Amino acid sequence: MPTIHEKKFVSGDPSKCIGCCVCEYACSMKHENTYNPTKSRIRAVRLNPFVNLAVACRLCEDPPCVAACPRDALSQSEETGVIIVDEDKCNGCGWCVEACDYGAIQLHPERKVVFTCDLCDGEPQCVEWCPEEALDFTTKDIVSQKARITAVKKLFQEALKSGKE
Amino acid sequence: MSYTKRILYVDLTTGKTEVKPLNKKLLKEYIGGIGLGMKLWLDHSKAGVDPFSPENPLIFITGPLTGTMAPSAGNSYAVVSKSALTGGINEAKAHGFFGAELKRAGYDAVIFTGKSDKLVYAWIDDDSVQLIDAQHLTGMSPQETEETIREEVGDFYVRVSAIGEAGEKLVRIANIMNDEFRAIGRGGMGAVMGSKNLKAVAVRGTNDVNVANLEDFKEFVRTIHERMKGPATRKYRTLGTPENVLVLNAIAALPTRNFSQATFEGAEKVSGERLNERYIKKIVGCATCGMRCDHIALVPEGEYKGTVSRIEFECMWAVGPLCGVDRLDAIVEAIYQANRYGVDGISVGVVVAFAMDLYEHGIITKEDTDGLELNFGNAHALVETIKRIGSRKGWLGDTLAEGTMRAAEKIGKDAWKYANHIKGLELPGYDLRTLKTAALGFSVSFRGACHLRSGAYSPDVKGKVDRFKIEKGRGKIVVDGEDLYNVVDSLILCKFSRGVMYDGLEDMAKYYRLATGLEMDAEELMKAGERINNLARVINIREGKGTREDDTLPWKIMNVPVPDEGVAKGAVVSQKEFDIGLDDYYSVRGWTKDGIPTPEKLKELGLDDLVKIVKKKMDSKK
Repeated sequence: MPTIHEKKFVSGDPSKCIGCCVCEYACSMKHENTYNPTKSRIRAVRLNPFVNLAVACRLCEDPPCVAACPRDALSQSEETGVIIVDEDKCNGCGWCVEACDYGAIQLHPERKVVFTCDLCDGEPQCVEWCPEEALDFTTKDIVSQKARITAVKKLFQEALKSGKE
Repeated sequence: MSYTKRILYVDLTTGKTEVKPLNKKLLKEYIGGIGLGMKLWLDHSKAGVDPFSPENPLIFITGPLTGTMAPSAGNSYAVVSKSALTGGINEAKAHGFFGAELKRAGYDAVIFTGKSDKLVYAWIDDDSVQLIDAQHLTGMSPQETEETIREEVGDFYVRVSAIGEAGEKLVRIANIMNDEFRAIGRGGMGAVMGSKNLKAVAVRGTNDVNVANLEDFKEFVRTIHERMKGPATRKYRTLGTPENVLVLNAIAALPTRNFSQATFEGAEKVSGERLNERYIKKIVGCATCGMRCDHIALVPEGEYKGTVSRIEFECMWAVGPLCGVDRLDAIVEAIYQANRYGVDGISVGVVVAFAMDLYEHGIITKEDTDGLELNFGNAHALVETIKRIGSRKGWLGDTLAEGTMRAAEKIGKDAWKYANHIKGLELPGYDLRTLKTAALGFSVSFRGACHLRSGAYSPDVKGKVDRFKIEKGRGKIVVDGEDLYNVVDSLILCKFSRGVMYDGLEDMAKYYRLATGLEMDAEELMKAGERINNLARVINIREGKGTREDDTLPWKIMNVPVPDEGVAKGAVVSQKEFDIGLDDYYSVRGWTKDGIPTPEKLKELGLDDLVKIVKKKMDSKK
């Protein structure tokens, strides 16, 4: 199992996300060979035009979804940290759906089992397709690094400009 | 394939619903969107039907790419019906999220007929279709309606297309809005919807939308995404259409104070540049489209502080320069109010400017306006008048709610000379005295004054032709533009993205083939575009419109020379050059001098069943 520092997940940047849902279409295309946002493992949320964010599985440590499953249908991959659904065991009871704080595990509209982000074997298609580069396949450490850099850049805008001159 | 081949029929009188199949031949010949919508309207209506009659079908229709991942076309729908303004056929398109949801619910089109005895909304939940009491939504804005229905239904992802108070009150310039800022704007479709007591259409669609050739479709979409990051969409991604303010002002093509001038001394203050610098807080996008063009403005200070609205050129021109208003905060507020009441932002600005012109000329007085000083440039009066129109309040609101043409008739005297409309539809933001290809294009457009029926302003603005005259050859420019735009609007591609179709109709045909699996090439598409234009023309003829005497220009355009100093001074459209233009256009179209499609032309396009309509008209002209 990769450590929490090494685990890569799909991270959304609300300052870049425009709520276009291209990620949803890319996801259903990749996994289901069709276009259907209700079959997407990542979902875009637009609260108002200024507030947009796409949400996918966070690959939690000690994932509550796995703990909540009474049928041992869920497990976390030793290799990547993704949540693996054993579709033979899952009966769609939805304890995992209730346990997830992010709405990142959902009931499949047709198959009567739950489904969640599998990172497309290391090449997440939502990240690939996002036209605004609002999605990143990255680690939490890198996310915090980037946020720090952005914050410092913002604080020292003027200094940076004059430095260049 | 990406069509569902299903039509949903909803009879609002009886509450009965029914699903019928759509045949492949119609899909190929009319594509979808406005083409198929107008064909279905013709087949489901009787000649001479009143726009507000229960028998006037109101058609919500998607395109062949709706629901797929196609950028800008995956998210669209059109509404087709008889116009409350022109009395001819009308179509309007909107993007956002609603269209895709409708397709996923399993329908290419929904045809509403009849009239509910009380206000209702249609709740389309895949195969389940219900009419829900909407009396508690009376008077609500389209945005509040959307929110309320979403909460009632209990699903965040439900999409809603709704009318506001204006639609309920049969304001003839009323629109239909979806996804907060997107509008089925032109031609008064909201009033038609209101006449049926239909407050909203709410949709949840959970079905797959499949394309015929997923691998190649995916690759093509990838190419389009790449192109969307390039020069073809630069304008829409950066300053947006408000860039036009200074562009048109510089060439004396920015109609000001109800077409009294063609330049605006306050243009800098209401420029796209200023707007973006001070007001635009975020640029967002529609479903499936990574281009992002929605410029969302937030008023940062002053009396309208906190007002949020999406801003595009046409509406900001109409409530800005055309009304002599040079305040961006008031422009954002005016558009916000137009959206809240649910009125077309172009038409409402033009009708207010018309009233201001009448006020300045003493044709209407302070008594008529209930004390409102309706002078050009009065921002408060502008905002107040929009509210009155949206609610039909007082004599002024009730009169202007009829649209410019009818308001002028009602007011009488010389009011008609100040009414800037064609066929009853208000002019968009291009001065037709200094953009004369546009003058011809707008006059022959089947839905009335419209820049998006042919894009005929483009060769003028880009300097491809001498914009100060109409001469032989302009007919072909307009015809080609119309046929192309008929295809674009039947695929319901967003016109902001037309530039990414590097190979034009070839690209569009490829898109169509990959999505639907049906054979299609560029030539066949162009033919469909021509067929659709002839169809619309014949519908208008059936409705007693659509001949040469209906292809007109506003009085000011032909009688009041541009007064502004500079290159445009003295420009006006003469009857002589206008006639040259019409003759040329009809001849390229293969129509008679009266502007009637000939039986031969109709047969060539496979429109044999329409021959009897034109024959009857031709006989009456003899």
